[in-house]
Amino acid sequence: MELSVRSTELHDCRDAFTETLMAIASENPDVIAVCNDSVGSSKLGAFRERWPERLVNVGIAEQNLVGVGAGLANGGKLPFVCAAACFLTGRALEQIKADVAYSDANVKLCGISSGVAYGELGPTHHSAEDFAWIRAIPNIAVVAPADRIETSAATEWSASFEGPVFLRISRVGVPDLFSEGHTFELGKADMLRDGSDLTIIANGTLTHRAISAAELLARRGVSARVLNLATVRPIDEDRIIAAALDTGAIVTCEEHTIFGGLGSAVAEVVVDHAPVPMKRLGIPGSFAPTGSASFLLDEFGMSPAGIAQSAMELLARKA
Amino acid sequence: MNVTELRKIANRIRRRDLRAVFEAGAGHIGGEMSVIDILTALYFHVLNVDPAAPLAPNRDRLVLSKGHTACALYVTLAERGFIPQEEISTFLKPRSRLNGHPNCTKVPGVETNTGPLGHGLPVGVGMAVAAGLSRASWRTFVITGDGELQEGSNWEAIMAAAQFKLDSLTLVVDHNRLQQGARVADTNNLAPLAVKLESFGWAVEEIDGHDMEQICKALSPGVATTGKPKCVIAHTNKGHGISFMSDDVAWHHKVPSREQYERAMVELEVARAEIEEAA
Ligand SMILES: Cc1ncc(C[n+]2csc(CCOP(=O)(O)OP(=O)(O)O)c2C)c(N)n1
Ligand SMILES: [Mg+2]
Repeated sequence: MELSVRSTELHDCRDAFTETLMAIASENPDVIAVCNDSVGSSKLGAFRERWPERLVNVGIAEQNLVGVGAGLANGGKLPFVCAAACFLTGRALEQIKADVAYSDANVKLCGISSGVAYGELGPTHHSAEDFAWIRAIPNIAVVAPADRIETSAATEWSASFEGPVFLRISRVGVPDLFSEGHTFELGKADMLRDGSDLTIIANGTLTHRAISAAELLARRGVSARVLNLATVRPIDEDRIIAAALDTGAIVTCEEHTIFGGLGSAVAEVVVDHAPVPMKRLGIPGSFAPTGSASFLLDEFGMSPAGIAQSAMELLARKA
Repeated sequence: MNVTELRKIANRIRRRDLRAVFEAGAGHIGGEMSVIDILTALYFHVLNVDPAAPLAPNRDRLVLSKGHTACALYVTLAERGFIPQEEISTFLKPRSRLNGHPNCTKVPGVETNTGPLGHGLPVGVGMAVAAGLSRASWRTFVITGDGELQEGSNWEAIMAAAQFKLDSLTLVVDHNRLQQGARVADTNNLAPLAVKLESFGWAVEEIDGHDMEQICKALSPGVATTGKPKCVIAHTNKGHGISFMSDDVAWHHKVPSREQYERAMVELEVARAEIEEAA
């Protein structure tokens, strides 16, 4: 399969998320949206209009937010807890650990405007640690869709899955990558493009940049495989090992610190099973300077040209 | 400083803030307009701070816990001489020190980083405890939003401050009755706020948060109740000073169009003329 960016039109994945949530909610009366004064930023206005009593807004209180979500699940409801990813994970991490994951509550945690989506609002509002934090907690799936189609598919999947899920949803516009009708499978990486010289692994808003980087590399005679690793946990070991064995080098790209996120998760699999040279791209362990989301991603070497450049440097290290 | 001078400064800060938000295309103008009179009174009348020595050990501390209104703080700090006036035009620009929430590691005059709501008061409690341990006489002020008080961390700090008898600590609540998406009363009501704080062991005073005389009086030294932390509930309006923004939740972080910007600026210019005439 030779998947490329299908159109340059960009879409805010929050729209696909709430449209799908409403479709699920119209079939299943147990679906409840829970939020923290974030009706607007989580795009829940239409949901509130249609089912005012099924929108639980706890106010600006994230610890309470997640605890209430766990209680709703205990009471037989299917809560989708929606909040800015930075506050949902950072502020309520212990609630996520004890009330949701450890208690095995069927709560869907929806981290909105993840990564550096909030740009100029600065590091307090960047959710650059959530993969690392949540991935370290047992019994919770970590999923970061790459476009509106995968967002919709993953949201639908999460409703049918019994157990804790963290869905990471950006507000940064992304082009369509998957075709309509795509179904989401937990723990399965998608090979969006095959290649033999190296593999680029990305998810979320970085996947389309990875594909564009592979296209740039192709023009330079380098054949790059691209994996979309939407599920960071549980991780698709088979596809990662195959990529290491088949291509011998791996670049990872994530809208997250390079410590503990997607790149680290891939590296863990690679060192255990098939050591090959790697380059982890992401936020390099510092608080971001002021700038928009796209400025910051470029700044951290994740423009398509930046990713391609890192890939070329990695190739030079390949045995 | 006299009240007329303070009003003039507040008006100047409002105009600069409005321009900065308009030019940057982002900001939290509603909560900025509601807090500017309080910030002005603090920086130009109440606080013992020195722009030439922003880290002087005995300075008074101010924490703007509602960090989303950083632009108002930056403009006030520039007006007071902590940072160059020209720097305001870099607000939100790539690599500027002035991002959407204040950063104490970069901007002199900022005491601690805020942005996630519900952080300022616990830090303020620590500052006030430190002053007590050092037998120092400096005071600590924390400004929170009203919606912000829904965060449980505030109530943990409210209990701690009473327990520790922190009479050098003053909490100013910018009580503009609105949060991000709706009215506070319709979301998670705080009322009766004064009664709650009193029952938690605080001395409480309610004022008009846009009346410079009342603000100065409530915050000036010598009015503390011995052994009790103090809360000043400042009744304010979100968007205060700009008629079409005032008390309208839509203006939490909306950016004015050019036409709206010009209309708002005319209103603030009229207010300036009135202050000068009255003087
Ligand atoms: C922990 C946390 N949750 C959510 C937000 C998003 N947020 C920013 S401002 C705001 C509303 C604040 O309302 P209020 O405290 O009343 O401030 P003001 O009206 O003065 O702007 C919200 C929910 C945040 N900054 N921090
Ligand atoms: Mg308010």
